[in-house]
Amino acid sequence: MALESFGFTPITQASTMTDSAKTRPVYRNIHVTQILSYRLPPAGIVSILHRISGLLMFVLLPFVVWMLDASLTSEISYDGFTNVFAAGVAGLPAWFVKLVTLGLLWAYLLHFIAGVRHVWMDVTHSVSKAQGHSSALVTLVLSTLLTLLLGAKLFGLY
Amino acid sequence: MSTFGSKRIVVGAHYGLRDWLAQRVTAVLMALFTVAVLTRFLMPGELGYDHWAGVFAPQWMKVLTFVAILALAYHAWVGVRDIWMDYVKSVGVRLALQVFSIVWLLGCAGWAIQVLWRL
Repeated sequence: MALESFGFTPITQASTMTDSAKTRPVYRNIHVTQILSYRLPPAGIVSILHRISGLLMFVLLPFVVWMLDASLTSEISYDGFTNVFAAGVAGLPAWFVKLVTLGLLWAYLLHFIAGVRHVWMDVTHSVSKAQGHSSALVTLVLSTLLTLLLGAKLFGLY
Repeated sequence: MSTFGSKRIVVGAHYGLRDWLAQRVTAVLMALFTVAVLTRFLMPGELGYDHWAGVFAPQWMKVLTFVAILALAYHAWVGVRDIWMDYVKSVGVRLALQVFSIVWLLGCAGWAIQVLWRL
């Protein structure tokens, strides 16, 4: 994780040792607040989205387990589960519940495909810049298309 | 593991390799689980509670789901801990977040396992 493309950026730091000391590159994490100010290559975008999607799923994990619980426990709870997507729950409108679910779908698809990309790179030693670039584009396009496809189903467009 | 003599291991405790491997192994297990759920869900049948509950009904499916839940907890622990280590520099805050992550993940895993065996 530490050597991922989004994780480090070289910056120069003046040495205080001597006046003529040459500046050396220092490798640091890009802080969360700086992400948007960087123009990342596709591989870098996939890398940071892999992390963001993972954190999103971690945060929403209780919602996922609640869905598992409500949908599996009994026919009555199953009806309650489907009703949440039709009428909302606890003051939250149904479209909001669907939007959160869409976020989860996106996170799962991107994280899954980006993970397959990682394992594929490890197994085949595909570590060239060109391969990283093209597989990152495939990851972004495929996860977006699948999210749109399943999202349209979720919002009842077909 | 030798810590002295000519065969001593001098380069760390291999935490990095262990976590790297664990994330991949747990990821593959979860991917297999995903394929199993999708395959069983897409079997012909009327959409509804019976069909959905039937997906998880066989004992082998419960065992696979159980393994996937444990894999998820371990996988998420490695990933989330990496995030805290990268961005949270204060040791106290980081410790608090790590303890919170363990509680969060163990709580969710326990809840999911309870759902599974109530079926």
